[in-house]
Amino acid sequence: MESQLPAEFAVNVNQEKCRRCKRCVINCSFGAIEFKDKVTPNNKLCVACHRCATLCPENAINITENPLDYKDGYNWTPEIRKNILKQAESGGIILTGMGNPKPYPIYWDHMLIDACQVTNPSIDPLREPMELRTYLGAKPDSLEFDGNVSLKTELAPQVKLDIPIVFAAMSYGAISLNAHKALAMAATRMGTLMNTGEGGLHEDIAPYADRIIVQVASGRFGVTSKYLNRSAAVEIKIGQGAKPGIGGHLPGEKVGEDISKTRMIPVGTDALSPAPHHDIYSIEDLSQLIYAIKEATDYKKPVSVKIAAVHNVAAIASGIVRAGADIVMLDGFRGGTGAAPMVIRDHVGIPIELALAAVDERLRQEGIRNRASILVGGSIRQSADVVKAIALGADACVIGTASLIAMGCRVCQKCYTGNCAWGIATQKPELVRRLNPELAADRLCNLLTAWGHEIQEVLGSLGINAIESLRGSRERLRGVGLNQEALDILGIKHAGIGQ
Amino acid sequence: MNVRIDAKGMHYRPLNKIIRDAIVSGEKEFELDNIGGQRYIGAGINESVKITINGTPGNDLGVFMNGPKIIVNANAQDGIANTMNAGEIIVHGNVGDIIGYGMRGGKLYIKGDAGYRVGIHMKEYKKQVPVIIAGGTAGDFFGEYMAGGIMILLGMNGKSPLVGDYVGTGMHGGVMYIRGKVDPFNLGKEVSCLELSEEDTKLIGSYLKEYCEYFGFDFDEVMSGKFTKLVPLSIRPYGNLYVY
Repeated sequence: MESQLPAEFAVNVNQEKCRRCKRCVINCSFGAIEFKDKVTPNNKLCVACHRCATLCPENAINITENPLDYKDGYNWTPEIRKNILKQAESGGIILTGMGNPKPYPIYWDHMLIDACQVTNPSIDPLREPMELRTYLGAKPDSLEFDGNVSLKTELAPQVKLDIPIVFAAMSYGAISLNAHKALAMAATRMGTLMNTGEGGLHEDIAPYADRIIVQVASGRFGVTSKYLNRSAAVEIKIGQGAKPGIGGHLPGEKVGEDISKTRMIPVGTDALSPAPHHDIYSIEDLSQLIYAIKEATDYKKPVSVKIAAVHNVAAIASGIVRAGADIVMLDGFRGGTGAAPMVIRDHVGIPIELALAAVDERLRQEGIRNRASILVGGSIRQSADVVKAIALGADACVIGTASLIAMGCRVCQKCYTGNCAWGIATQKPELVRRLNPELAADRLCNLLTAWGHEIQEVLGSLGINAIESLRGSRERLRGVGLNQEALDILGIKHAGIGQ
Repeated sequence: MNVRIDAKGMHYRPLNKIIRDAIVSGEKEFELDNIGGQRYIGAGINESVKITINGTPGNDLGVFMNGPKIIVNANAQDGIANTMNAGEIIVHGNVGDIIGYGMRGGKLYIKGDAGYRVGIHMKEYKKQVPVIIAGGTAGDFFGEYMAGGIMILLGMNGKSPLVGDYVGTGMHGGVMYIRGKVDPFNLGKEVSCLELSEEDTKLIGSYLKEYCEYFGFDFDEVMSGKFTKLVPLSIRPYGNLYVY
């Protein structure tokens, strides 16, 4: 059946400027540009990934939204109508990629940071030391020293971060090996971490293992005792912000020789990650897996538990800490994904800002905040978001989409097709080749370096010289345009209120 | 010389530490007495050691294990061979739920009955083909989400039902052999029932010979039963679920 769906985008080729080099034709991995005497776009196939427009040597290509007008309707938006057409033609669940694009409130943009003026001095980060270092892992309730003032307390394993930003879990399978390499190299150079996601650890990035969090998800792909021990930390993935409560399917087409090797499943089979871990139906069961991992790693690795931010997140996080996790990773509902049903991505979960505030508050009330570090992700877009998250109580932030954008992602949301024109969310060798891991690692390092400087500037203006001094310091945040309930949950005052 | 440990009243943490440390210093054989519910025995051990357990070990016996041979001279609990990569676990009794979850290699031989969700999401990779054999009955969701490997259920104790509901729900790889009849309404919708071929008989015979030797069953009697073979209808059961 010929699809009745109208094209989303229009590819406009300036035929006068075009000198028929066909670079756009070769580069379009979605087959949206053909050469029929001249460059001829097929608008229906264009996803606005900008590969052609970016690489056109004559600057002759422009992509616009298809100017096809729809009869006005606030309720029946063009998107909703297009989705219905698509489902009427196929009977399928609509699959999508990246994070939730819907205009839900973004609380980061309703929080403002304090600064020093007159009565308290700010610090100039250009001239004075400014520490971004922090440590992930359980902290003791108290410290004991012996007569020589050396520490008697036995500390839980800690992972040092030179910058409080780590790369989010993205599996080899969802993204390419070159993308994984770039993340591993950048994490090592910047003294931070990358996260394998649930697809196992490829031998090529094993040399960076002490900067890698290895993940254990419900499919247990590539999980062996060697995998658990070759790591900076081990993460149990319960949920993901983009798709709370559901599992993942890596389609068989993407399971080639290399993916098969790291996931340890036969070539061409679907890699199905069921929604729950079948051995976890309670906090007690979670504790059982946490300690299974600790036993298998001789208590040398911090164990993280990653959950999606959902309504009851504070109580769940409390359970996770009591179950023995050293790190709680919270992923908000705007978090990205390689593939998720649109209905879940766009409608399930809660914003990370509220989840973080609720969890930090709950753990403090219960006197167990020290027992685990809190990592937060789910759309950390800029250094200001990092600062605000840490002031709300996070130990560090994770960035997924931002790191992909740094590598060249254009957020066209077609990750699940495996056709990523930028060599990031694809396993096709001819596309993977487009991403140079060294150059991508440089770009990731640049991003973190830039954000690091920005965070130092903000810390200086706050009059503090260490990121750890900001943690949970909600007094340094003020809300704008928020109702009282949101302010109460965030634990911040409205702008205009002094101390 | 084997290392003999009296585990009466001992927490799993020191017990497993003693075993790990002894392996590092070259010990190859262990005998654990008075075991009563200690978890994680054999967890993540990569060496081909032998551990004999006298008593009932706790959950996650052999979790992430990669090589050892464990003999349990009693019943065992839940989560045996969880995400196990290689090795052998022989249980002279019954076992609990979710045994062999995500198991990728090695053998798990059970003399008696098994609980729910046996071999859930078991998988295979190249030469690593995990095998689970249970001599008695099994509960619901036998082979749920199974992605590879071999499971054999014998029903030697004549108990009924032989296997619970939803056999092979979500199955997309591997093969199950059940000695006896399985009613269609007990099967998950991703499974099809087949007769055994000659190769099948040869295949299960090779494992059952060893199995019978461990537990003293009569091999010919075991093989004389009529087996049902279950395989997935598709290796991509959810391939048509989505639209792009």
